[in-house]
Amino acid sequence: MTLTKKPESRPAAASWGLSKRGIPWEYAPAPESTDHVEIRREYGLFIDNAFGPSRPKASFEVINPATEERLSRVAKASKADVNRSVVAARRAYETVWSRLPGSERAKYLYRIARIMQERSREFAVVETMNSGKPIKESRDVDVPLAAAHFFYYAGWADKLDYAFPGRTPRALGVAAQIIPWNFPLLMLAWKIAPALAAGNTVILKPASTTPLTAYLFADVVRQAELPPGVVNIITGPGEIGMELVRHPDVNKVAFTGSTAVGKMIGRAVAGSRKKLTLELGGKAANIVFDDAPLDQAIEGIINGIYFNQGEVCCAGSRLFVQESVYEPLLDKLKARLSTLRVGDPLDKNTDVGAINSAGQLAKVAELVQSGIAEGAEIFQPDCVLPEKGFFFRPTLFTGVSQSHRIAQEEIFGPVLSVLTFRTPEEAVEKANNTPYGLSAGVWTEKGSRIFKMVAAMKAGVVWANTFNRFDPTSPFGGYKESGYGREGGLHGLGAYLDLSSDGRNGR
Amino acid sequence: MSPRTKLVARRQPPATTNGAVPAVERLEVRKTYKLYIGGEFPRTESGRAYEVFSARGDLLANACRGTRKDIRDAVRAARAALPGWSAKTAFNRSQILYRIAELMEGRRDQFIAEVMAAEGLGRRRATRLTDAAIDRWVWYAGWADKFSALTGSVNPVNGSYFNFSVPEPTGVVGIIAPEGSSLLGLISRLAPVILSGNCAVVLASESRPLPAVTLTEVLATSDVPGGVVNLITGLRRELVLHLAGHMDVNALDAYGLDPAQGVAVEELATENVKRLVRPPAAGADTVDWLDQRAQSPYLIGEFVETKTVWHPIGS
Repeated sequence: MTLTKKPESRPAAASWGLSKRGIPWEYAPAPESTDHVEIRREYGLFIDNAFGPSRPKASFEVINPATEERLSRVAKASKADVNRSVVAARRAYETVWSRLPGSERAKYLYRIARIMQERSREFAVVETMNSGKPIKESRDVDVPLAAAHFFYYAGWADKLDYAFPGRTPRALGVAAQIIPWNFPLLMLAWKIAPALAAGNTVILKPASTTPLTAYLFADVVRQAELPPGVVNIITGPGEIGMELVRHPDVNKVAFTGSTAVGKMIGRAVAGSRKKLTLELGGKAANIVFDDAPLDQAIEGIINGIYFNQGEVCCAGSRLFVQESVYEPLLDKLKARLSTLRVGDPLDKNTDVGAINSAGQLAKVAELVQSGIAEGAEIFQPDCVLPEKGFFFRPTLFTGVSQSHRIAQEEIFGPVLSVLTFRTPEEAVEKANNTPYGLSAGVWTEKGSRIFKMVAAMKAGVVWANTFNRFDPTSPFGGYKESGYGREGGLHGLGAYLDLSSDGRNGR
Repeated sequence: MSPRTKLVARRQPPATTNGAVPAVERLEVRKTYKLYIGGEFPRTESGRAYEVFSARGDLLANACRGTRKDIRDAVRAARAALPGWSAKTAFNRSQILYRIAELMEGRRDQFIAEVMAAEGLGRRRATRLTDAAIDRWVWYAGWADKFSALTGSVNPVNGSYFNFSVPEPTGVVGIIAPEGSSLLGLISRLAPVILSGNCAVVLASESRPLPAVTLTEVLATSDVPGGVVNLITGLRRELVLHLAGHMDVNALDAYGLDPAQGVAVEELATENVKRLVRPPAAGADTVDWLDQRAQSPYLIGEFVETKTVWHPIGS
């Protein structure tokens, strides 16, 4: 991907001791080894604890977005396959899983957590090869958090009677779960762990570009000796996900992905009794006041938007800087941006890996073009991008106005829009001026101001003097068009239970 | 005899055989039943009305036949009232809800009479329902500063961060009130919505709207700021879809909706990802509103957002 406009000005990087090229020394390649990882040439659908072909047999290619080379072929489910998976999940729910004491379900989930920890590097490598995210992130964030989710929810499985006072929690039944490609394994864990702990059985549909860690997880299911049908994994295009959502024998639908698709799913379950939770898009404001610890804020801004190439629903994609610190902050930010290492995701020194797909890369590029066309000023470090693969330079825009598409639309890429404000009231007004409401960031040393800003943000997660932190104990989810329901903590457990007083998922 | 002639007959002094006009008992001063929007009592902008009959078929009054424009006005009023109402302390909201109960108590006989007429009940039954409606405000008033102890949490995250989750009001909530239970059903849905700091736009029961209108007269004098509760009367087929599809309504309590309309309403509600409470499968009119299960802190939880806050711990 080439840029139409060259970066014009370089930041004064003297305080960093940096050369014009950003980093004054070269890093030797430090690739993570892949020789202990086995990716099969083909994966069937995982139904009733067995891999089998789709019927009729069909498959599609899965590639490494950093090399554009084929990694595997996976089965393309048909409507009949969707039905088979639901039948399997229903049978497992009725005959085994719903009859199992919570303490036994707990032990299965602990087993899963432990096996994921034991096989953590394998998961990290496959995740990075399939998604394009840097190995340091999959290794240090995605995989440990995924295992932690199973470990956390395992402990709830036999404690449901204590969780919801005045209620007798009941499992819902069969859960249909559809997850995106940005955190394939972590989203799997966010979905499957609470569902199983609550006593449901699941059909998971990973994104079509990133099914490989889900199919590796199927091997964990096998090793943990989970009863057949408790966890089923099917792959296919979006229409197959919709078939799954519409299936009449599904009791719960959980979706993480775009707001547009979330609305389609909302319409698809309309009039049914299916319980629905949605975790959708975002356009988070990251607000820096003039008394903020600037160096710390810089790290938070960088982490906020360039973590996982910015392919994060809660990414801090709109930076609001108080005017009095705009210039020093921007100098530091540009200098720091120039030190980011973009390239081979398997290299342990890589900060920004590959965009997940050609389609997503095109979308990012298109929105960046719109930013230029609408008059914002672009800055990109002139790092060398690999010749193959879907790479995009970390980008920031200044001179952005509220009405620009890059300030309104979710880009889902390494693109930061910088805006300014004078008063806290103005920051609140601008920050909340979006249909989204997933997350926000606030940087200031003044405690009372933190709490005022935290309360004013129409966002489900607010990070104060930090950004992009996640934990299984900590509820995550959005306001407004960023969705409803929470994942993590007790709230995330409730999303998989019938807590009605009449036991009919009424009220 | 048509209901209209019945009304006329009831109100006119009886004719005497010799044509003389008898001594007239005092002519009742009737109430005009209006909408309640932004703390005021406007007529519908349409200038139209529909007749409201008692369960026996007597004409009780003309009610406003509210419109889409009335809904828009009500949503705007609710949105305007939201910052002030949601910023009040929980203790303050608790006292205001209790105040509603106090003032309802003072008008208890009026509510009993209206419930009797609207729902076709005897005095005993109507009294039970009215008393339960008043007590429901008291019950929910007590939750205002307590429910966050159930739904909030301090989260022991795996790292050096202070992390907590608190409930916040969702925003503007549309309420489709139960059609059958004109007072207790309505209050059972309204109280848990506004107690957490939400503002409500309520579609009253179409056939039994009068107790709801009288309730707004109580609200107007109970320290509930204008705009916190807005009430529209009218024909559901003309109103429900506009409320469900309004893009500045954040949540919809469709509990009182005819389940047959569920698909259309839910599809519209999805347009801006409204939080939605569906009607019970058999419809809200099958609910026993006197049952303890008709009140629940979990219902409060349907109309709050959980906000999670992180801050590093360090020196």
